Amino acid sequence: MKRIDVFEHAGAFAENKDVARDLRLKELMPALDRDEDVVLNFERVEAVTQSFIHALISDLLRKKGSAVLDRIEFRSCNDTVKKIITIVVDYMQDGAG
Amino acid sequence: MRIHLPNSAFLGNIDPFIRGFDPSQPDRLEITANDKWIAVHPSVISMVAALGLKVGPAGIACQKFEARSSHYFVRMGLFKLLGIPTDIAITEHEPAGRFIPLTQIRTSDELTRFITEMIPLLHLEAEQAKTIGYIVSELVRNVLEHAETMHGAILCAQYYNKSNSIRIGIADAGLGIRATITRSHSAETDLDAIRLALMPGITGTTRREGGTEQNAGAGLFFIKSIASVNRDFFVIYSGAGFYKLLKKSAGRRLRLQADPFQDRHSSDGNMPSWPGTVVGVDITLNQTEEFSRLLDAIRETYSSAVSERRKQRSRRPRFT
Repeated sequence: MKRIDVFEHAGAFAENKDVARDLRLKELMPALDRDEDVVLNFERVEAVTQSFIHALISDLLRKKGSAVLDRIEFRSCNDTVKKIITIVVDYMQDGAG
Repeated sequence: MRIHLPNSAFLGNIDPFIRGFDPSQPDRLEITANDKWIAVHPSVISMVAALGLKVGPAGIACQKFEARSSHYFVRMGLFKLLGIPTDIAITEHEPAGRFIPLTQIRTSDELTRFITEMIPLLHLEAEQAKTIGYIVSELVRNVLEHAETMHGAILCAQYYNKSNSIRIGIADAGLGIRATITRSHSAETDLDAIRLALMPGITGTTRREGGTEQNAGAGLFFIKSIASVNRDFFVIYSGAGFYKLLKKSAGRRLRLQADPFQDRHSSDGNMPSWPGTVVGVDITLNQTEEFSRLLDAIRETYSSAVSERRKQRSRRPRFT
């Protein structure tokens, strides 16, 4: 199980897409490629932008399909963060359908 | 180029100011101003700064400001940013209220630092800070990723006590929306390009639904939605295209629209050509909807817009 603490990388307002891309390329994707499950821990993250979440997870959904969601746990998300993640997951699946 | 700072230019009445902009002779800038009183939206100040940075101090001819409110432009950092002299004096503790002076952002890290530092300047509550931070982040990142200008994004903001609102203006003198959106979509005019850029899921980086790994084409739709739900003004001006989301009265039922032309708006496709993009937003704080409720409406509108486009693209059986 790979655990990624988003706050440690992106702070309380996670908006830097470059940070999201680096997390995806250096941490998330390699772990999933090794068949590890991933915990994305959003503890202490107060807000995110849609762009940040898109840069973090959209390519995983595109490359690995929606089944990848079974292997990612979005932990300790507040209501706003949950909704933005849901928007991104929805439009990635709607568009691919 | 010539730009005149009028007596009044806020988002509600910004159109005549824009019509007065003269984009000819792009290597020099003449700045003139009303000599009695100047009260303008932050987007106007950002526009002057973006043009001034583009031509450089040697190319700027700035008329002496005579208006009694001229000190405001010193406080906002206009002359300092442009590197031009002024003899307007400001007293040390002159009240300027809650504002963000002109700020130039050229990199992603500068933006992240700026967002962290700007919230205390505006004395915002947590929920309001979330909304304002969101708007600034998405708009500035658009400039950094698409405008291709060495001068980056120029922004400033002002809190207005009387209306309890924050007004934000972000300008760049880069490629403009049409040049970037037409890399992947067809847009005959600047106004067509603005319309596309405001639709959810349309990005200049790809025609593919869902965007690229770094771009979804959702940023401007989110910002317009925030303004729409809060019944506030939102203006976008690029090339000869101008779009203004108009304020809605409190009684009207709110519905987010995927097509910005379905919203209550005004537009003009024949404005003087702005060499880049300008965005102005007003956020009235005491009517700011809870951000999380806004996201429910965005999710619904976004999903149906994507489904509708997919339906339009899907092949149909041929019946003979």
